[in-house]
Amino acid sequence: MRHIISILLENEPGALSRVVGLFAQRGYNIETLTVAPTEDATLSRLTMTTHGDDRKIEQITKQLNKLIEVVKLVDLSEGQHIERELMLIKVKAVGAQRAEIKRTADIFRGQIVDVSPNVYTIQLTGATDKLEAFIEAIGPGSVLETVRTGVSGISRGEKILSL
Amino acid sequence: MELLSGGEMLVRALHEAGVEYIYGYPGGSLLHVYDALYRQSAVKHVLVRHEQAAAHMADGYARATGKPGVVMVTSGPGATNTITGIATAFTDSIPMVIISGQVMSHLVGDDAFQETDMLGVSRPVVKHSFSVRRPEEIPELVAKAFYIASTGRPGPVLIDIPKDMTMPNERYEYAYPKKVKLRSYTPPQRGHSGQIKKAVELLLKAKRPVIYSGGGVVIDGSSDKLRALVDRLNFPCTSTLMGLGAYPGTADRFLGMLGMHGTYEANMVMHHSDVILAVGARFDDRVTNATSKFCPDAKIIHIDIDPSSISKTITADVPIVGPVGTVLDEMMALLDEAGEVPDADAISAWWKQINEWRPRHGMRFDKNENGLMKPQEVIEAMWAATNGDAYVTSDVGQHQMFAAQYYKFDKPNRWINSGGLGTMGFGFPAAMGIKLNFPDHHVVCVTGEGSIQMNIQEMSTCLQYGIPVKILCLNNGSLGMVRQWQDMNYEGRHSHSYMESLPDFVKLAEAYGHVGIQVKTRDELPQALEDALVKYKDRLVFLDVAVDPEEHVYPMQVPQGSMRDMWLSKTERT
Repeated sequence: MRHIISILLENEPGALSRVVGLFAQRGYNIETLTVAPTEDATLSRLTMTTHGDDRKIEQITKQLNKLIEVVKLVDLSEGQHIERELMLIKVKAVGAQRAEIKRTADIFRGQIVDVSPNVYTIQLTGATDKLEAFIEAIGPGSVLETVRTGVSGISRGEKILSL
Repeated sequence: MELLSGGEMLVRALHEAGVEYIYGYPGGSLLHVYDALYRQSAVKHVLVRHEQAAAHMADGYARATGKPGVVMVTSGPGATNTITGIATAFTDSIPMVIISGQVMSHLVGDDAFQETDMLGVSRPVVKHSFSVRRPEEIPELVAKAFYIASTGRPGPVLIDIPKDMTMPNERYEYAYPKKVKLRSYTPPQRGHSGQIKKAVELLLKAKRPVIYSGGGVVIDGSSDKLRALVDRLNFPCTSTLMGLGAYPGTADRFLGMLGMHGTYEANMVMHHSDVILAVGARFDDRVTNATSKFCPDAKIIHIDIDPSSISKTITADVPIVGPVGTVLDEMMALLDEAGEVPDADAISAWWKQINEWRPRHGMRFDKNENGLMKPQEVIEAMWAATNGDAYVTSDVGQHQMFAAQYYKFDKPNRWINSGGLGTMGFGFPAAMGIKLNFPDHHVVCVTGEGSIQMNIQEMSTCLQYGIPVKILCLNNGSLGMVRQWQDMNYEGRHSHSYMESLPDFVKLAEAYGHVGIQVKTRDELPQALEDALVKYKDRLVFLDVAVDPEEHVYPMQVPQGSMRDMWLSKTERT
C-alpha cells in the first residue's frame, strides 16, 4: 500500500542525506520526495511517498525515528489528509489541438502558463491520480515533457505536526 | 573564562568527557590537535600501527567497561581505515567516539590531498555524526557525541574536524556544557507499565518458558537483575553470542548459547517453549534459523530499548520498549506485589524434559588419541588455567564458536567478540584495549592463523606501551569455518580456504620483541599455558597451538530449518 510519510527534520547540512541514505541502505523505495524549510528556520518539512506492507512501513517509520535529526514523523495515510502535487507539463499544441487542450486544461483547473506557436506549458495541481488522469486525457502522445514536485501532504482538521 | 584554540578545546573536552586513553594515528589535518595533546598529560594517546586497530582497541575498552572508546585519526586514508572498526561497533551497539581530521574548510569538495567525505563514507555505520563548522562549538559537539554514543541503544558517533577549526593562534572562550539536551533525541527511560504487567501475567501462566538473553543485558549493566529474575522464576535461560556471561555460564539454569551453533538443549527448549522472554536480544538470523518455522507454540515477550528491533524479524506478542534494567526492576516489583509464583508442577515437568535433552549432545567432542589436539580441548585447558575469569576476546570463525561454547563465562563484559559484523582482525587489538585498562587481569585473544594476520602489526604497539596480552592461536592451517562450509555444502572443495606459506609465529613474535611458544601436542599445553600466564606474566606471549583441521563446530542448525533442526556431528542429525 502507498504511504505518505511526513517528517519534521532538523534544518542541518547532511540531514537529508541520512534520510535518503537510510532508504537505499535498507532496500526501501522512495517514490516521491519533497523538502523545504518551514516557518521555523531550524526545521525542514519533508514529505515522501513509499510503498510497502504494514510490517515494512512500521520498520521504515521506526528506522526514520532513530535518526537523530528526525524531530517528528507522521504517516499521513493513517488518517484524513490532503495531498497535493504540482506538475508543469509541455504538450504539443498545433491547429485544432490548441482549443481542445485549453478546454481539457480548464476542466482539470489547470492553467496555461507559457505559450509558443507549437507548445503549451500547463501548470496543474492536485492529488497524484488527478495529474495522471490529465496526462491520460491529453493523450500521452502529445506530451513533450513533464516535471512534478512530488507529493506534499498535511492532515485534515486540527491535527498538526509541530514541535 | 579561559581562551583556548580549537585543538586545545578538543583535548580538554575529551578529558572532561572522562577520556583517559585515545587510540589513534596522527597526520596532516590533525597536527594542531596532536600538538595540543603533546602539551598536556591528562589524556594519553596510544599510537597504533594501523587505524583499524585503533577502532578495535577503543571498541574492546568500551565492551569491557561500558564507556565510550575514543579513536582519533587523520583525514582520508586514516579515516577510511577505521570504517571496519566503526561498523563492527555499530553492529554490536558499542559506544565509541571517532575524531577524524578533515582538510581545510575552503578545500572541502576540491579533491584536496587526503580528502575523503568521511561523513558520507561513515554514514551507514554510525549512530550519528557531526562536522565542526565553528571552532567554538567543539566542546558542545564533544559533549553531544558522548551523550548520543552512550545512551539509548549505544553506537559510534563521529566528529569530522577541518584543520582550520583547530588553528593554534585562534582562541575562543572554552566552556564544556554541564548538560546535553537534544530536542530530537530522547531515549526511553522506562517501559510501558501496562505491557510489563501483561508480560508478568504471561510469565506466571507459562508451562514451558524460556528466557532468551542478549547483548542488551550486558550493555545495560543489568546482569544482576537478569540473574535475579531467572532464579526467582526458576526458568531456564539461554543466551546469544553477545549476551554470554550475563547469566553465569556454569549455573545449572543456564542452557548454553542458542542458535546456529547453540547447544542442543537450548535450541530444543526454544522450539518447544510456550513463552519466550527475550531480553535485550534482537532475533538475529544466526539465532532464529528460518523465521517461518521459529518456535511455533511460543508467545513472545520482547524487551528492547530500540523499537526498530521489535517485530523486525519475529513478531512480538508483548513488545516492551525500554532499558532492560528498569523493565526487569518493574517486573520484579510486580512479582513481589502479586505474590504469585509460576505453575510449579509444569515448571518441574519442563525441567525434567530439559534434563533429558541435556545429555543427548552434551557438547561432546572426540579427542584424537595420538594425532593433533582438538580446538575444544585447548579452550577447556585455557578456561582451567585462567580459572574461568579471564577477559577473552576472539576473532571470527571456528575458534570464535569454540571459545563461546567451551569457555564458561560467569561474568558479563568478559567475552569480547565481533558478533554482528563478524570482523576478522578484531580480537587482538580489542584485547590490547582491555589489557591497557585492566592491567591486573588475564586478557586472552583466542584467534586463528587466518584472523591474527589481519592485525598482527599491532605486536609493535604492544611492545611500545607494554601491553602483555596473551594470543592463543588455534592453528589448523586453514580458514576453518570456510572449510567447514565447504565440507558440508561444496563436497569438500576447499576453494581458497587453505593458508599456505604461514609465517613462523614464534619467530615473528620474537622479532617484535615478545615471547613465542609453539604447542604441538596435548602434553605440552598445560606447561605452555602456565608459562604464558605466570612465567611471562608481563610479556606478550604468542601461543601457536596446532589443532586438527578436520574438526567441525557442532551443533550446527540445518539451513532453512527450525530451531530444533541440527547437525550434532558429521553424521548425526536431529
